[in-house]
Amino acid sequence: MSAVLTAGVAPQSTRQRAHWTERISHIALLAMGAALGIALFAPIFMILAKSVEDIDGNFVGLRHFVEYFQTPALAQSIVNSLLVSTVVTCITVPAAFTFAYALTRSCIGFKSLLRNIALIPLLAPSLLSAISFIYWFGNQGALKALMGERQIYGATGIVMSLVYATFPHALMILITALSLTDARLYEAADSMGTRTLRKFFTITLPAAKFGLISAAIVVFTYALSDFGVPKVIGGNFNVLSTDIFKLVIGQQDFSKGAVVGIMLLLPVLITYTIDMLVKRRQLAQLSSRSVPYSPKPARGFDLAIAGFCWLVAALMLAVLGMAVWASFIKLWPYDLHFSVNHYRMGLIEAGIFDAYVNSVKMSLWCATLGTAFVFVCAYLLEKTRGLDWLRQVLGMFAVLPMGVPGLVLGLGFIFFFNHPYNPLNGLYHTMSILVISTIVHYYASSHLTAVTALKQIDNEFESVSASLKVPFFKTFFVVTVPVCMPAILEISRYFFVTAMTTISAVVFLYAPDTMLAAIAILNLDEAGEIGPATAMATMIVITCAIVCFIYYLLNRWLETKTQAWRRPAAQT
Amino acid sequence: MNETSKVGAIAALRIERIVKHFGDFTALNDVSLAINKGELVCFLGPSGCGKTTLLRIIAGLEVQTSGSIIQHDKDISRLPPMMRDYGIVFQSYALFPNLSVYDNVAYGLVNRRMAKAAIRARVAELLSLIGLSDSGAKYPSQLSGGQQQRIALARALATSPGLLLLDEPLSALDAQVRVRLRGEIRSLQQRLGVTTILVTHDQEEALSMADRVVVMNQGVIEQTGTPMQVYREPASPFVADFVGKTNILRATVRDQAELEIDHVRIKTNGTPVNFSTGAEVSVFLRPEDVVVSSHDDKRPDSFAGRIENIEFLGAMCRLGIRVEGIASQLVIADFSPRDMIACRIERGGAVRVSLPSSNIRVFAK
Repeated sequence: MSAVLTAGVAPQSTRQRAHWTERISHIALLAMGAALGIALFAPIFMILAKSVEDIDGNFVGLRHFVEYFQTPALAQSIVNSLLVSTVVTCITVPAAFTFAYALTRSCIGFKSLLRNIALIPLLAPSLLSAISFIYWFGNQGALKALMGERQIYGATGIVMSLVYATFPHALMILITALSLTDARLYEAADSMGTRTLRKFFTITLPAAKFGLISAAIVVFTYALSDFGVPKVIGGNFNVLSTDIFKLVIGQQDFSKGAVVGIMLLLPVLITYTIDMLVKRRQLAQLSSRSVPYSPKPARGFDLAIAGFCWLVAALMLAVLGMAVWASFIKLWPYDLHFSVNHYRMGLIEAGIFDAYVNSVKMSLWCATLGTAFVFVCAYLLEKTRGLDWLRQVLGMFAVLPMGVPGLVLGLGFIFFFNHPYNPLNGLYHTMSILVISTIVHYYASSHLTAVTALKQIDNEFESVSASLKVPFFKTFFVVTVPVCMPAILEISRYFFVTAMTTISAVVFLYAPDTMLAAIAILNLDEAGEIGPATAMATMIVITCAIVCFIYYLLNRWLETKTQAWRRPAAQT
Repeated sequence: MNETSKVGAIAALRIERIVKHFGDFTALNDVSLAINKGELVCFLGPSGCGKTTLLRIIAGLEVQTSGSIIQHDKDISRLPPMMRDYGIVFQSYALFPNLSVYDNVAYGLVNRRMAKAAIRARVAELLSLIGLSDSGAKYPSQLSGGQQQRIALARALATSPGLLLLDEPLSALDAQVRVRLRGEIRSLQQRLGVTTILVTHDQEEALSMADRVVVMNQGVIEQTGTPMQVYREPASPFVADFVGKTNILRATVRDQAELEIDHVRIKTNGTPVNFSTGAEVSVFLRPEDVVVSSHDDKRPDSFAGRIENIEFLGAMCRLGIRVEGIASQLVIADFSPRDMIACRIERGGAVRVSLPSSNIRVFAK
């Protein structure tokens, strides 16, 4: 090889100097780290700290935990919570799988109608189903006779309501899992004369395995951490989430509340860790050469599965319909005449309509600020260079909220932001803290949506821009944002709808003048004002439905406007 | 071996003692190279040899563990990509899908605060240079792969960079398009006189386009030379084997003038063999250098052989010949179909084979 001319020069650092544009991205990353640190890490840390402190802030070790387990009523809640969540998972996942199977692998008609009906529960707070089931099966319920001696208040009601509320979450995951299949596998099996049942167990199920695990975990943790349903229909059946509420709001026992919070946090964190480990083993099952599966008609099977789907759809509509109907009648069950009294007197004249306005405001903030924050952060993590140590930490932080139940997050927010020494404690009881907590609460899945979209675009865009001396932020606005617009709209819609319907984190954080619609339902129900409660729930559902329709129109408009470069008509 | 670091000539780019570790893996191990102005240099090697890593270090997209990069006597080792002077084209084209062809090409110009009219003139010039003058209003997805790659090339050249980096630019294209674009890129490069580095794993691409080929393997440069040198005078067994097809015959050195392959002895007249007697060596000989003649040809130094298989490759045939005395391995020879008919060569037929000593290269085993 050639003689080296520079031999003998002392080795020097090869670290690259940062261009000023890169420094901007570094500062932004640090700011993101600070924001997530304050709004996620600090509150959770405070829960852990509070659980080992007494009222005056002295360290007491595990005393609260010991006391907790010595209180039979509280310890019983753990069993109750796990039991209910397990039963809900065992009902929801197979039902949602069958429904998803029908939508992806059968030749039944009206698939998109069925799918939209099945997704209705997403548009309402989970407690809508609980209220509706009270109308159907409660003490004065329309079908009370069917219940015999049993009571809907308690485990039965909780399970029924949660199955309704979790169904669409499982369904979406399973539809995705079942859509990702390679038709050639089935053709190969057919060519060997494989029987239908064997194909199902050897091809379909293994391919959907990860989707099933994910769906089970999502349903289980949803059921475990949901608060509205057991509060409304739980009766004397105590679960962890209602215990937290009682301890913190009722008895002001923050330390014990923190202990229960940890009890709730642990199983959720464990299941999500399992989910992440499982997903890491999941390899891409679809290559670009895969052939999409298209189902063939099979009369008997199609008929049977169509029957199942329409039954589910009918139940979904019955639950929603009862709540909507109940909001428009005079006095259940004595005077069933049409009336808007629940809206006019129960909401507007009672001064609760402001809660609805607050909810819409908060949802708009989340849908705009939250979306911008999520997307910019995901971009910084995925597409910029430098500060690799921070990048790794933030990557983990970003998905952590998925494993933190809303109640626990809300409790952490109280501990952290209400702390007298916290300079940010002015935020407490403001609209800002509601917006912040909601963005953090739903951060993880929005982040994953953004990351997925960003991963799909060419990694070299930033390299090309740098070689052309164009700063990365210009390329971000000129190229990345337009290309990712469908995902950005999806994140924004998700934030709006979840902000409209969420209860768990914000229930600890609202003030009288920042009351939210979903919380108003809870309070109305508690006060026995169940009519106005259904009216408010109906308003939330209608608002969410309208907003989803607006996003749908936006998407359509975007599609036609960008069709020229997204989907070229034909190669010329 | 490397005549490029001649005193006096200022290299357009000097790569000095570049080392790159990824954890425990050494991607580049003390790589040095000088590239002259206006030259097209190919980094050629199998995947994982470090050629793309070296290109990305030159571009500043990866940071070397040690060593330096000097462009026109300016040390750019620690400069971020934004402050280096190059244009780059990737295998994936990396065209901005939502921008028209015009806007893609103008992307780097707009940022330079050039007058609108000047930008328009420059883009028009580049588009006509690549033969896509009337495609300015189209979007990348409306063009074929080859057209897209030409747009990417125009975009990289728009700001008249001092160095053009091409990272496997043709690998994603169909064979025919690839061959055509090969010629187009080469003639464009020569016309503009832009110093260019092309990374490829395709030896044909490297041999046909490059002024100089840099053959890399496992993080080191095996050989630097013109395409002809690399092909005819490979500096190492790896180069001989990687570039082109070759016979590799195990042999023993009998004395300084004679090698023994199994039971066949061949002279090495002219070529000095720097191995001691009895050493085990590998003898490399290109298939086209093997001389095959009909069985009644009685030239000296030829051996009797029998054709075991014939592989028809269109423009030529590749014969697998069992040479008498070389039992353990087949000798491969290339032969034109026309000569095959003339020599009445067929499978199982007897031939005479000679291994011309002027064309053999001997390496340690």
